[in-house]
Amino acid sequence: MSGPIQNQGGKDKDIVIKVRQLVNAFGNQVLHDHLDLDVYRGEVLGVVGGSGTGKSVLMRSIIGLNEITSGSIEVFGHNTAHLNEAQWRELEQRWGVLFQEGALFSSQTVAENIQVPLREYLDMPQELMNEIASMKISMVGLPDLAATKQPSELSGGMKKRAGLARALALDPEIVFLDEPTAGLDPISANMFDTLVKDLQKSLNLTVFMVTHDLDTLRATTDRIAVLVDHKIVVGTMEELRKNPHPWIQEYFSGPRGRAAA
Amino acid sequence: MSTAHDATAPDARARFRMERKPRALRLVAEGEWTTKDAAKLSAALKHIDLGDATTAEIDGTHLDRLDSAGAWLLVRTKREWEEQGKKVGAIALAPVYDSLLHTVEHEHTAPPVTIHNRHTLLAFTERVGKATIHGLQQGLGIMGYVGRVTVEATEAIYHPRGNLRVAALIHQIEETGINSLPIVGLLSFLIGIVLAYQGADQLKRFGAEVFTINLLGVGLLREIAGLITAIIIAGRSGSAFTAQIGTMRVNEEIDAMQTIGINIVDALVLPRVIGLAIALPFLTFYADIMGLLGGAVMCYFDLAITPEVFMRQLQEAISLNTFLVGMIKAPVFAMIIGMVGCYEGLQVERNAASVGRLTTRSVVESVFLVIVLDAAFSIIFSIVGI
Repeated sequence: MSGPIQNQGGKDKDIVIKVRQLVNAFGNQVLHDHLDLDVYRGEVLGVVGGSGTGKSVLMRSIIGLNEITSGSIEVFGHNTAHLNEAQWRELEQRWGVLFQEGALFSSQTVAENIQVPLREYLDMPQELMNEIASMKISMVGLPDLAATKQPSELSGGMKKRAGLARALALDPEIVFLDEPTAGLDPISANMFDTLVKDLQKSLNLTVFMVTHDLDTLRATTDRIAVLVDHKIVVGTMEELRKNPHPWIQEYFSGPRGRAAA
Repeated sequence: MSTAHDATAPDARARFRMERKPRALRLVAEGEWTTKDAAKLSAALKHIDLGDATTAEIDGTHLDRLDSAGAWLLVRTKREWEEQGKKVGAIALAPVYDSLLHTVEHEHTAPPVTIHNRHTLLAFTERVGKATIHGLQQGLGIMGYVGRVTVEATEAIYHPRGNLRVAALIHQIEETGINSLPIVGLLSFLIGIVLAYQGADQLKRFGAEVFTINLLGVGLLREIAGLITAIIIAGRSGSAFTAQIGTMRVNEEIDAMQTIGINIVDALVLPRVIGLAIALPFLTFYADIMGLLGGAVMCYFDLAITPEVFMRQLQEAISLNTFLVGMIKAPVFAMIIGMVGCYEGLQVERNAASVGRLTTRSVVESVFLVIVLDAAFSIIFSIVGI
C-alpha cells in the first residue's frame, strides 16, 4: 500500500512502544521501509503478515535481538539504541518474551526455568522462589506435576505454557508472544487465547503478539498491525476488513477470515 | 491498643503495619507490593506475632501497586493464618485487582513444589545408581545391536541380495579414508618424531642409540600407529556417523525410510561400518609409513643415522609378524568405531540436544572400547606368543 499509514489515530493513550522510521534490510532485501508503530499500555496488539514480511524481525528489533538498519525504537520512553548495559537490564526486567517453541532451557526443570529470571535479578530465598514458580505454573494452567518435569517431557502446548510462565516470572509490563498458538490443536489454541486474555486483564499486561491465527486475533486482540509492502497498517479487525489493500482483503475476507468473523 | 509494626525501612516501597485490637488483628498493606520486594516482605510476614487474636483481616486497599507475587504473599499469609485456626476475612483490595486476586487465589491451590537439592549424599547415591543401571542397559543395547549388524553383514557377504549399497560404500571409504589422510599422516609423522627423540635421549646413555630404530619400528607398527589412527578416526568419523544419523532421526528421515520399507541397517549402518573396515587398515598402513618417516627424519638430524643405516637396522628389528599384529587390529577397531557411531546415532531422540549429547557419548565410548580391545589383543598375543 502506497498511501499514508493509517494507524495510531489521535488517541491520547500511554504509548509503551514507539517505533519510528524503522528500516531493516538484509543485503539488498528490504524488510521494513520506514515503518512506524505505536503500542499502547494495556492493549493486546496482534501483528500479522505474509511469510517473510518480517513479523518476527520486528519483534526481535524491539527486544534488541536484531540490530536495526536505521530508525528509532522507544520502549517506556527510552530510546533503546542509547541505553547502556545497566539500563538494558533494567528494561529487560519490565518485559517477558515467549519464543515460538517456548525456548525452555533444556537442562532445567520447568520450575527451575521459571526461577531463572528471579535468580538473575533478585536475591530471593529458594523457598519463596518455589512458591512463586508453582503459582505461575497454576496461573498458566499447567498441572502441578509439570513443575519437576524436564522440557523434553512436555508436549508442545505445555512447553508454550511453561515458556509463558517464565516470561511472566518477574511480572513484566509487556509480554511479547511469537506465534503462541502455532502448532497447537484448536482446543489448546482456544485455551491459550483465553489464558492470554485473562492474564492480560488480571496483570494489566501489554501484549505484543505475532500470530497467523485468525481465531486468536479475533479472540484476543484490541488492534491488529498488518505488515504489507514493508510498512505497517494498524486498525481493529472491523477497520481492516474495510481496507482496500488486496493482501488485507484476502487475509481478512478470504474463507478463513470469514470463518473467524 | 494499637501497635505499629513496620515490616521494612520506612522509606521502602513495600511495607505493612499491624493494627491490634483485643482478640483481633488487622494487616494493612501499603506501598508497592511487587516481585522486587517480595523476598523482604515474605520474611517479614513470616515473623508476624499473631498473639491472642482469633480473627484477622487483611486490608490491601491502601496499596499503590500489586503484582502477582505480591498477591501471592497476601494469599499465602491468609492461608497460613487459617491453618493456625484464625478466622480470616476475605482480602480487601481495590476493584482493579479483583481478577488478579481471583487468578492467584483460586487457580493456585496446590502446595509449592519442592526442588530437590542435588548436592546431598542421597542424591549422589541416586545418581550413581541411575548411572549404573543406565550403563548396564546401554551395554545390553549395544550387544543386541552388534548381534544384529553381524547377522546382516554376514548375510550381505554370503548371500549378496543386492543389499550392499556400493555407491554409499565407496562414498564412505572416500569420506573416512581418503579425506582423513592429511590429519592421520601429519599426526603420525609427529608421533614418529617425538618417539624417536625420546627414545634417542634415553638410549644414548647406554650408547645404544641405534636401538631407537627398534623402539620406533616395534612401537609404531605393533601399537601406536594403529591406536592413534583408530582414535583419530573415532573422533573424526565415529562422531560424524552419530551426528549424521542423529540428524536424520531428528528430521524423521529414518522414520520415512522405514515406512518406505528401506532396511536401516542395509542403508545406513553397513556402508559406514564396512567402508570404515576397508579404510582403516589402509590408514593404519599409511600411519606406519608416516610414523617411520618422522622417526627417520629425527634419527638423521639428532643421531646422524643415515636413511640407509635406518633401513638396515629396521629390517633387523622387525619381522612381518610385527607389522601384521598391528594391521590385524585395524578392521576390528573399525568395526567398533563404526558400530558405536551408528548405534548412538540411532539412539537419538527427536530433539537437537540429544544429537550433541550422543555424539559426545559415541566418541567417548569408541575411544574407550578401542583401548580396551587393544589391551585385550596384547594379552591374547602374549598368550599365543607372537
